[in-house]
Amino acid sequence: MTATGPAARPATGSAPVPVTAALALGDDALVLSHRLGEWAGHAPVLEEEVALANIALDLLGQARVLLSLAGDEDELAYLREERAFLNLQLVEQPNGDFAHTIARQLYFSTYQQLLYAELAPGDGPFAPLAAKAVKEVAYHRDHAEQWTLRLGDGTETSHERMRRACDALWRFTGEMFQPVEGLTADWARLEERWLESVTDVLGRAGLPVPQGPRTGAWSAGAGRQGLHTEPFGRMLAEMQHLHRSHPGASW
Amino acid sequence: MVTATSLEERLLELAGAVPDPELPVLTLRELGVLRAVRVHTGDAVEVDLTPTYTGCPAIEAMSLDIERVLRAHGMREVTVRTVLSPAWSTDDITSEGREKLREFGIAPPRVRHGDGPVPLTLGPTRTQAPHATQATHATQATHATQALHATPVALDLRATDTATEPVRCPHCGSADTELLSRFSSSACKALRRCLACREPFDHFKEL
Repeated sequence: MTATGPAARPATGSAPVPVTAALALGDDALVLSHRLGEWAGHAPVLEEEVALANIALDLLGQARVLLSLAGDEDELAYLREERAFLNLQLVEQPNGDFAHTIARQLYFSTYQQLLYAELAPGDGPFAPLAAKAVKEVAYHRDHAEQWTLRLGDGTETSHERMRRACDALWRFTGEMFQPVEGLTADWARLEERWLESVTDVLGRAGLPVPQGPRTGAWSAGAGRQGLHTEPFGRMLAEMQHLHRSHPGASW
Repeated sequence: MVTATSLEERLLELAGAVPDPELPVLTLRELGVLRAVRVHTGDAVEVDLTPTYTGCPAIEAMSLDIERVLRAHGMREVTVRTVLSPAWSTDDITSEGREKLREFGIAPPRVRHGDGPVPLTLGPTRTQAPHATQATHATQATHATQALHATPVALDLRATDTATEPVRCPHCGSADTELLSRFSSSACKALRRCLACREPFDHFKEL
């Protein structure tokens, strides 16, 4: 979202773009990008600061393309109210400690890579973006996997903190596999493969697979319907306030 | 495919000679991001440009530079379109481009062989080049088999490392290098260190 230059607008022919799906995927990318950007100046080491900012940049690029498919990217990002955002509750969760950020990255990037891989072939409206971004997301997932192994299989403290983080975010992972209007994907298969992959990484990291529920009354899961958790409002206020205070400003 | 007119060829050459704003040793042609130039009327031209990474901020500077150069050569109206498909790959960097990157101190991306999932050997703390200089093809094959067996789940998630050849140090040429961080000064590069000459260096990651 900058004052100059349009986002990449893929030539998708005249096929109508399913707006709900564009918003759901675009909001996931935008909100997680903002959360990761909050690490700038606070990451444990310089290399991680750079890595998280680069992942945030990739996600921001995806968000620009996806929101541009649904309408005006700046209006959608900066002028919508909380209830109009369709992102998963997982991506809006606060960064927590570094382990929480890595657990969130592991859960989300695995999901995003599997979903984009399904959307990439063919000539659907999301195929050009998915085909491009799936290769970038492979690096995000790899980054999260390496850190999960390192922290899980590290010291007693790092193991314990990584275990707690994986547990804490587990209840937000069922929502990822609720069908999204306008997206053709085999959601049950996607979930199966996600569980397989995450279980494999956790196993190699010496971490237990969390036992709590992922769906149902005690889990989370209404982000796609516009219902969000408490920290999201504060995040939006910070993200949107400059644009709202200075409408039309450019540099 | 429409045959390009000689004017279009000339304009493609001019746009292709624009240096990359982030890696000025490379031109846009060598980077492989320029897709097409179409002249609509006598002095209105449309250029197709593809981003390296979806979020690459350099694309805006590239567009402005292309516009400036083509206007300077008599084009009144220059439109730069960003196209995503087919997705850019590091295989689109020309061989001169790779050589220039190396001379500039950046290990060029390795050319990908095939698209299938690649088994990786993973260490808990550091990812060292699995095969040092002496590694033979035979030992590589053994490593690959072991890695496959060590990972019973057949992950369809694309591996991020082709693992077919080691990343060589752009300074001394040694294949004995290790990964320090998957993301370096920009999303397209990883930070590595040479274990022979001890110099850190950037590696343009395969995409």
